[in-house]
Amino acid sequence: MAFNHTDFPVKVNLDACIADKGCTVCIDVCPLDVLAIDLATGKAGMKYDECWYCLPCEKDCPTQAITVDIPYLLR
Amino acid sequence: METQNIEVDILVIGGGTAGPMAAIKAKQKNPALKVLLLEKANVKRSGAISMGMDGLNNAVIPGYATPEQYVREITVANDGIVNQKTLFAYAENSYAMIEELDSWGVRFEKDENGDYAVKKVHHMGTYVLPMPEGHDIKKVLYRKLKQARVDITNRLVATRVLTGADGRAAGALAFDCRTGVYTVICAKAVILCTGAAGRLGLPASGYLFGTYENPTNAGDGYSMAYHAGAELSGIECFQINPLIKDYNGPACAYVTGPMGGYTANARGERFIESDYWSGQMMQEFYQELAGGKGPVFLKLNHLAEETVANIETILHGNERPSRGRFHQGRGTDYRTDMVEMHISEIGLCSGHSASGVWVNERAETTVPGLYAAGDLACVPHNYMLGAFVYGRLAGESAADYCAATEFAAIDAQQVEAERQRIFAPLTRGQGLSPAQVEFKLRRLVNDYLQPPKVARRMEIGLRRFEDIRADLQKMAVSNPHELMRAAEVGFILDCAEMAARASLFRTESRWGLYHYRQDYPERNEADWQAHVQVKKDRNGNMQVFKRALEPYLVELEETEKRVYRQLRIQPRQTNSSGEHHGV
Repeated sequence: MAFNHTDFPVKVNLDACIADKGCTVCIDVCPLDVLAIDLATGKAGMKYDECWYCLPCEKDCPTQAITVDIPYLLR
Repeated sequence: METQNIEVDILVIGGGTAGPMAAIKAKQKNPALKVLLLEKANVKRSGAISMGMDGLNNAVIPGYATPEQYVREITVANDGIVNQKTLFAYAENSYAMIEELDSWGVRFEKDENGDYAVKKVHHMGTYVLPMPEGHDIKKVLYRKLKQARVDITNRLVATRVLTGADGRAAGALAFDCRTGVYTVICAKAVILCTGAAGRLGLPASGYLFGTYENPTNAGDGYSMAYHAGAELSGIECFQINPLIKDYNGPACAYVTGPMGGYTANARGERFIESDYWSGQMMQEFYQELAGGKGPVFLKLNHLAEETVANIETILHGNERPSRGRFHQGRGTDYRTDMVEMHISEIGLCSGHSASGVWVNERAETTVPGLYAAGDLACVPHNYMLGAFVYGRLAGESAADYCAATEFAAIDAQQVEAERQRIFAPLTRGQGLSPAQVEFKLRRLVNDYLQPPKVARRMEIGLRRFEDIRADLQKMAVSNPHELMRAAEVGFILDCAEMAARASLFRTESRWGLYHYRQDYPERNEADWQAHVQVKKDRNGNMQVFKRALEPYLVELEETEKRVYRQLRIQPRQTNSSGEHHGV
C-alpha cells in the first residue's frame, strides 16, 4: 500500500527517453495506465504504484530507455 | 462532464484474447456490420496474453484426442458440473481454430514432420501444445483486426450494459480513463470479453497489483452481466492456483512437465500424479502443507543443462517474462534450486476453473443480445484457445442476431443514473481513496472466503462487504485514472458478494480446495449434481438458485469418474531401510 514515498518499479533513463520529442509508446501500451509524461522533465515516468511487472513498456520502448524491476514488496 | 454518443451494430467489450477474435469473426461473417472493439487499456498489449502465451493447454488435435475424450476429461476434472454441449462446441472447433491461428502466423511447436508436437499434462489425455515462440500473438491479432477493419477505441472503461425496455442488451456506458469523457454506446448486440475477476483476493505480499491475472481484469464483466440481469454460474468454484511464492505467477509445470519437471514437496518427492490444475490438485497441495511436508516446489534441478536452458528461454521470454529477473533477484537457479511455490489468493476465472457468466453453445447469455466469451464465460477450463473459439462463436452469433434486430430505445434514465453513480467520486473533494477501500475489501475476501470455507465466516464476510458497500459512497478521487480504480472497487465488491452467496448456497464440498466446506465436508451427489446460478432479481436483490444439469452427451464410466479424486501418489512398498516413500 502506497500512502507514502514509494519505490517505483519502472525506471526510465531520462537521457535515452524521447518522450519530449513526441514518443508515447510506453504510455500507450501499459495495461494498467500507470505511466505518464512528467510535466517537469517532459520524459515518461511512473505516476501510479500499480505495476504488474509485465514488461510491454520495456520491450516496446524504441530507445531501450526503460527497465522494470520486480516491485519491492515481491522482490 | 462531456458526453460522447456512439452507435454500432456490435459492441465488443474487452480487447484481450476473446474480444479481438469476436470482432474479427463478426466482421468476417457480415462485413457490412459496424463493429467496435472497446478496450480499457490498449488493444496492442492488453489482457491476459499481453506478453504472449507459452502454449495451448487444451488443444484437441486429431490423432491425439477426440472431442469426446476431451469432454470426458473436463467433465471429470470439473467434478461433473458442466454443460457438455458447451464443452463440445469448444472441442469440435478447437482444431480448426489452431489451424486458422497457424495460418495467421501464430507459431506452434511442430515435430520433424511438421505435425503439432502435442504433450501430455492432463491426468487422462494429451492436450498441451507448446508455443515456445508465442510471444507475438497480440501482434498477430492486431494485424488481423486492422485487416478486418474493426473499429478500436482504447482507454474506455465500460461500467454498465444498457438494457432496453424488454430487457435485451442495448449498448453500454463507459468513460475515458484519461479525459473523463462519458460515452454512451448504442448497439444491437454486446459481447463481454473482459477476462477474469483477478483482483478478488489480496495476494499474500499485500501488493494490490501482484496478481496472477492481469490486474486490469477486476471482474468488470461479471459485475456488468449481473447488473444487466444475466445468470452467472459456478461462482463458488473459485480459481486458486499453485504459483511462484511472492511473484504470484505460474512456475510453470505445463511447460516444464513434458520436459521432466514436476511439483515436489520439501523432500523433492513427487506427491501428485498430474500437475494439471484442478481443485483436486490444489487440495493435495494443501494437504501436503498441512502434513508438514511443505513448502511445495517446482523441481527442475535434476534436468540436463540443455533442457534447463530451453526452459529458461521459454519461461523468461513469454507470458510472464519478468519471472527470470525475479528468480535472479532471489538467487534462484533452476539448475541447483527448486522454485518455492504457494497457494494463491482466490479469483474467478472460467479459463482455469468454472466461474463465469452462463453461456450456451452459441456464447449467448440469458439476456437477449448479450454474449460472453473467454475467461469470464462459464465454459470450464477453457483457457486461451477456448477464448478464441468462444470469441468466434460469440462474434458469429451476434452477427446473425443483428440481421434480425433493430436498435432498442435508449433509456435516458439509465444513462443519467449511471452518470451520477460513476462520476460521484470526482465531485466529493474529500473522502476515502479507492486504493484504501480496495485493500480492505480484498483483505476481507481473504479473511472470510479463502477456502476452507465455513458458513459462519462467510456470513460475517457478507456483513462486512455491506459495510464496504456503504464506503463506496465515500470514495473521492482527483482524476479519471483514479475514477477507473474507484469503478473497479465496485466490480470487485459485486464479485465478492456473489462468491460468498454462491458458496453458502452449495451445502456440500466439491472441486477439491475450490469449494471445500468444513461444515459440509462430503460430496453430496443426490442434491448437488446441479449448477449454482446467481442473478439479480426484479427487486435488485441477489438471487441464488439451482439449475439442473443438461443430460450428458457422453456418459462417463464409473471408473473414470473417480480419477481426478485419486491424484495423490499412493504409498509404495517398504524399502530396505524400512522407510516409507510417498505418503
